[in-house]
Amino acid sequence: MAVAFLLNGRPVNAGPAGSSVTLLQWLRARGLTGTKEGCAEGECGACAVAMRRTDALGRTFYEPINSCLVPLAAVHDETVVTVEGVGAGTLHPVQDAMIRAGGSQCGYCTPGFVVSLFCEYYRPGRVGYDPESISGNLCRCTGYRPIADVARGLPSPEPDDPRLSELATPVPPRTRVESVDGLERFVRPTSLDDLFRCLSAAPGDATLIAGGTDVMVGVTQRADRHPLLISLAALPELRAFAVTADAIVLGAGLTLTEIDERVHATPDAAVPLLGQLLPLFSSRLIRNRATLGGNLMTASPIGDGPPVLLALDASVTLASATGRRSVPLRDFFLGYRKTAARPGEIMLDVQVPRGAPAIQRFYKVSKRVLDDISTVAAAFALDLTPDGRVARLQAAYGGIAATPIRATALEAAAAGRPWTRETIDALLPIAATIGTPLSDLRGTADYRRAMVGRLLEKCFAETAPAAALAEATG
Amino acid sequence: MTRQVGAALPHESAVGHVTGAARYVDDLWPNVAHVAHAWPVQVAEAHARVERIDAAAARQAPGVLAVLTADDVPGENDIGVARRDEPLFPTEVCFVGHAVAWVIAETEEQARVAAGLVRVECEALPAILSIDAAIAADSFLTAGDRLAKGDAAAALRTAPRRFDGEFAIGGQEHFYLETNAALAYRDEDGGMFVHSSTQHPTETQEIVARVLAVPKHAVVVQCLRMGGAFGGKEVQANGFAAVAALAASRLGRPVRVRLTRRQDMVMTGKRHPFLARFRVGFDNTGRLVALAVQLFSDGGWALDLSFPVLGRAMFHVDNCYDLPHVEVLGRVCRTHHVSHTAFRGFGGPQGMLVIEEILDRVARTLDLPPHVVRERNFYRTGDVTHYGQVVRDPERIARIWAELGASASFEARWAEVAAFNAGSPNLKRGLAITPVKFGISFTTSYYNQAGALILVYKDGSIQVNHGGTEMGQGLHTKMRQVAADGLGVPLEAVRLMPTRTDKVPNTSATAASCGSDLNGAAVRDACDTLRGRLAEVAAEMLDASAADVVFVDGRVGVSGRAEPGVPFCEVVAKAYYARVPLFAAGFYKTPEIHFDWKTGDGKPFHYFAYGAAVSEVEVDGFTGQYRLLRTDILHDVGDSLSPLVDRGQVEGGFVQGVGWLTTEELVWGGDGAFLSHGASTYKLPTLGECPPDLRVAFLERAREPGVIHGSKAVGEPPLMLAISVREALRAAVAAFGAGGTVELASPATPEAVFWAIERARSRSPQPILARS
Repeated sequence: MAVAFLLNGRPVNAGPAGSSVTLLQWLRARGLTGTKEGCAEGECGACAVAMRRTDALGRTFYEPINSCLVPLAAVHDETVVTVEGVGAGTLHPVQDAMIRAGGSQCGYCTPGFVVSLFCEYYRPGRVGYDPESISGNLCRCTGYRPIADVARGLPSPEPDDPRLSELATPVPPRTRVESVDGLERFVRPTSLDDLFRCLSAAPGDATLIAGGTDVMVGVTQRADRHPLLISLAALPELRAFAVTADAIVLGAGLTLTEIDERVHATPDAAVPLLGQLLPLFSSRLIRNRATLGGNLMTASPIGDGPPVLLALDASVTLASATGRRSVPLRDFFLGYRKTAARPGEIMLDVQVPRGAPAIQRFYKVSKRVLDDISTVAAAFALDLTPDGRVARLQAAYGGIAATPIRATALEAAAAGRPWTRETIDALLPIAATIGTPLSDLRGTADYRRAMVGRLLEKCFAETAPAAALAEATG
Repeated sequence: MTRQVGAALPHESAVGHVTGAARYVDDLWPNVAHVAHAWPVQVAEAHARVERIDAAAARQAPGVLAVLTADDVPGENDIGVARRDEPLFPTEVCFVGHAVAWVIAETEEQARVAAGLVRVECEALPAILSIDAAIAADSFLTAGDRLAKGDAAAALRTAPRRFDGEFAIGGQEHFYLETNAALAYRDEDGGMFVHSSTQHPTETQEIVARVLAVPKHAVVVQCLRMGGAFGGKEVQANGFAAVAALAASRLGRPVRVRLTRRQDMVMTGKRHPFLARFRVGFDNTGRLVALAVQLFSDGGWALDLSFPVLGRAMFHVDNCYDLPHVEVLGRVCRTHHVSHTAFRGFGGPQGMLVIEEILDRVARTLDLPPHVVRERNFYRTGDVTHYGQVVRDPERIARIWAELGASASFEARWAEVAAFNAGSPNLKRGLAITPVKFGISFTTSYYNQAGALILVYKDGSIQVNHGGTEMGQGLHTKMRQVAADGLGVPLEAVRLMPTRTDKVPNTSATAASCGSDLNGAAVRDACDTLRGRLAEVAAEMLDASAADVVFVDGRVGVSGRAEPGVPFCEVVAKAYYARVPLFAAGFYKTPEIHFDWKTGDGKPFHYFAYGAAVSEVEVDGFTGQYRLLRTDILHDVGDSLSPLVDRGQVEGGFVQGVGWLTTEELVWGGDGAFLSHGASTYKLPTLGECPPDLRVAFLERAREPGVIHGSKAVGEPPLMLAISVREALRAAVAAFGAGGTVELASPATPEAVFWAIERARSRSPQPILARS
C-alpha cells in the first residue's frame, strides 16, 4: 500500500515505504528542505515537525516530534505540519516574534524552534512560560535568550485563527498499515490478534517498534536495517490507563507525554517519583514519541524509567499469543539489554502498586540539566515510622551495572534503623559494593561508584527529620 | 534621516530562517537533476600504512558510479594549506576514521553500502595519542616559538613567592548545526561550479583548482550561507568541496557530499586541546612579578591552522594583565588525532585561561579574593605587551571592571554568597568576575585586506558583493546597513548577493572577528566612489555644487535646502544616460599592522576589544552538578553597527564559551578513536545551561576610531567572558573546603567539579599541581 497523509494541509501520496526511510529524509528529498537534519538521533530538534494528536480529554492539538526518528510509513493517515506550512503564506505570530527577537543567527536550528513554538502556541491549557516547550531544540549560535523570550511572550491564538478549525476535529484512531519497499516491510497492526498473527508469520524476522526513539537511532546511526518492522503504535490494548484498588496501570504504548497528562489529570494516580522523573526524561520532543514500554523493553542500563519503577516495586504484564503473565520489574532485567520477555511476547502495561512509601526522590546525574542521558540515576522510596526509623526503603539505580538494579542490600541494612546520619554512615560501605560500574564517555567507574553513596546521602539530607538533619550538619 | 547603521535590525535572512525558505548547500540537490551522492571509506586505525585498496566488490555494487582514490586525481593529491601535508587520498592513515577513498553512487544509501565493501589492507603503525606522548616522542609540527618581555628567568629567581604548575585544557567540537556539505557540477561553460559551506571560498577555489589541475578561473565557489561555522569551516571545508568537484569532474554529473553528524565529528578538527606548564613569581600583594609559560597544543596529524592558533594563544597569555617579566614558549604537537583547527577565539581562549588559572592559584595561595588579585595586575596607560605592542585604551579595563562591578552589585553579592554558603553545607554558591582583552586582526598581516563590488541598476536597486561569508554572525546584515547608509537608500533597495569567487577575487577567510571591519570598509569605499560619481550627476540636476549633494532615504538633495530633492533612481537613470559607470569596486587594508615572529615584536593587532562578566553558580556537593544562576556582561563593541546582531554575538559567544568550559567534553578511546561523536554523547549547552538571569550591556562612550563607523569586532571576544563561569564554579568548590588552591579540570564537567570538591574537602597538605 501507499503511505498517504496530510502534509501542510494537502493530501500527499508518498508511495510505498519500507522500514528505514524516515519522514525527515522523505521531506527533504521532496524539496521540503526547511526541515533540517542536525544529528539524526533525536537530540537537536532541527528536524521537528508538528503532528496532530487528540488527548484523553478530547483536546486536539499539535505535538512536535523529531522527524529524524519517525519511519515514513508510520506517518500514514497523520496530519503533518512542517516549517513551510506553519505560516501558510503569511508569517505566523511565532515566526514574526522570532524575527523581532533576533531569535535566529545561522538559521539552521530555527525551523525546529519555530515548529516547537508553533505547537506551544496552540497547546491547550498553556499557562505562562514553559521552558520544556523548547528543551529538545539545540541552538549553537544565540545562547537561547531571545528564543526563550519568544516562548515567554507567546500570545494566545486569535479566535479566528484558521488553525483552530483544524484543531476542532479529533484525530481518528490509527489505522492498519502494511507497506513494502524492496526488501523492507513496515506493518502496523491494529489489534493484539493481528499483531500475534504478524509475529507468527515472520518468526525471528520482526523488529518491534513503538515510539521509535531507540530503534530508529539504530537505523540512522548504526545503519541497522530491518526486513520487517512491526509497529505497536495502533494497538488499543497497549493504551490502558487505570487506577485500581491495588495499582496504577500504565499502558506500555502510552507515550511519556500521555502518561504525564493522565497522571496530572488523575489525582489518585499522583506518584511523586513519576512527577520528578518525567521533566528530566530526555526532552519533550522525545517524550512525545517515546513510550514507557519501550523504555523498559530496550532494557538500557541508563534508561531513566527503570530506577523509578523499580523503586516503586512495579510489575509488568507481558502478553503473547498464548497468554499473559505478570513479572515483577525486579526480575525483568536479566542482562545488558536482555529482559525476561520471551520471543513473541510484548509488554502490555506497567502496574505501579498503590501505597508506595510516601517519601520519594529521583536523582539524575548527567552533564546537562535538560535533554541528557544519565550517567547515574537513582530512585528512593522511603517510609519512616513515627519515631523516625526506616519502615521501608526501596532504592534503585541505573548506570552502575549491566542492568538497572534494586539496591536490596542497602534496603535490608536500612530496615528498622533510625533515619540518621549514623545510619547513612553505616550504609555507605554497603553502597560502595553495589553494582559493577564501568568507565565510559559519560563518566568514570569511580564517579559512578561514588554516586551510589552520595545520592543516598543527598536523599537523606533532603528527607531527614529536621532534628536528624541538624544533628548531621551541626 | 533614517540611519541604518546602528539600528537594531533583525538578521538579513531572518524571514528565510523562520519560514524554512533560506537555503543551505545541502538544500539544493533535490532541485538538481541527476545528482550523485558520496560516502567516505574510513579506516579504523589511528596510524597505519595503506597497503592496498580493493574496491572491486564496491564497484560492482548496485548504483555505484565510482570509487575515487588517489589514481583519479589529475592534479595534486594534497589539500594542505599551511604546508603540503594533507593528502586528499592518503596512503598513511593518521587518525581513526581517516577517509582513504570515496564512493560515488546513485543514492546515498547505495554509496554507504558500497563503502562497506571496499577492503582496505593496512599495516598498523605506532600511534601518538596525547600531548604528553607527543612531547615524549619529540613529535611536533612546529619548531617552537617564543615571545618575551624583560628577563623572566632572573625575575623568577628573585620573586618573593613562586610556584610551578601544569594545566590541561580540553578542546571543543564546533557542532555547527549544518555539517560540512558541498555540491559540485560542471557549469554551462565547462567550468567547475562548487556550492560549499565554507568560510573561505577563495581557498576552497584554490584547493579545488589544485586537485583538478586547472587554473583558478575555471573554478567558481559560492557560499550562500552557512548553518554555523565558528572556525570549523575556515580550512576544513576545502577537502569535501574537492571530493565533490573531483567526482563531478570524473562523472560529468552533479555530485553531493554531505557528512553525517558522526562523520563530521570524527573527520574534522576541533578547538585545540592545550597543555600549559608554568612557573610564576609574585609578591605578597598578589602582584605578578614574572611568568614563564610553555604552551603545547595538540595539532593533530597535520599543521592546518595550528601555528597561528598557537600564536594567538601566546599573544593572549597576558589577557588584561601587566606581566613585568614574561617568557612564553609555544609548540604544536603532532598526534594521531584529527587535525585541529580554528574555533572562535582561535587559541586566544586557551592562552587567557592559562593566566586566569594562574591568577586564581596566586590569589588562593595568598588567601586573597581572586577579583582583588586580578584588579591589582591590570594593564595601565603606557604599558606594553610581551610582543611589543602598546596597549591601547587600557583604562577601559578598569572602567568596565568598575561599571560592571557596580551594575552587578558585585560586592554586596560577594557577601550574600558567603552568607549563603555559611548556612548551606551541601549546596554552595560561587561568584566571580573576569575580564577580557582580545586583539583584533589576522595575526598573519596580509590577510587583513578585503574587497567589495557594488552594482547599481537603472531602477536604483543595488547588489552588494563582498568577500565575507555569512555563517549566522550577521555580517550580511551589517554590510546591508553600511551600503544603505553609504548610498543613502532604504534597506530594501540593497540586496546582499551570495558570496562568490567570481565577484570578489582573492578574499581572506571570514574569520578573526574582523569580517565587518574589513568588508565594511571595502563596501563603504565602493559606496564612496559611486556616491562621488552620482553627486556630480545630481549637482547638475539640482543646480548645486557636488560637494553639497546629500543622499538620504532614497532621495538626493542639497545640504541646507528645504526641498526634498530627487529620487535616487532618477539620479541613477540620469547617470546611465550620461554614461557614468554604475558599478564600483571597493578595497580596504588595515593600516599599520605587522609582526615578525623572528624578533617576537610588532603590532599584530589593529586594536583590542574589551569586556568583563560576573557569573554566579550553585553547586551540588553530592554530585558536582551545578546551575548557572546569573550572568552580567559589560562588553565593548565600540559604536555598535547593529545592536541586535551584536547582542546576539555577545550572548551566543558567551554560552558557547560556557559549553567549552563545562559540559562539552571531547572523549577519545585508548585506541585513538573519537568516542563523543554525536549529540547524545557530546553535550553542548541547552536552554537549561543558560543563566535564567542574563544582563548584557555595551560599554558606552566607546567609539573606536579607524574602524568602520566607530564599531568594534564582536565575533570572538565574548566567548572568553565564559571564564567567569569556570571561576565561579571554582569559588563554589572552594567553599566546600577550608581554603587553599582549587584544582579544577577543564572542562569542569559535573564529574570534574565533584572530584574538585572531594579534594577541597580532604585537602592534602601539598596542593596537587599535576593533572590527575
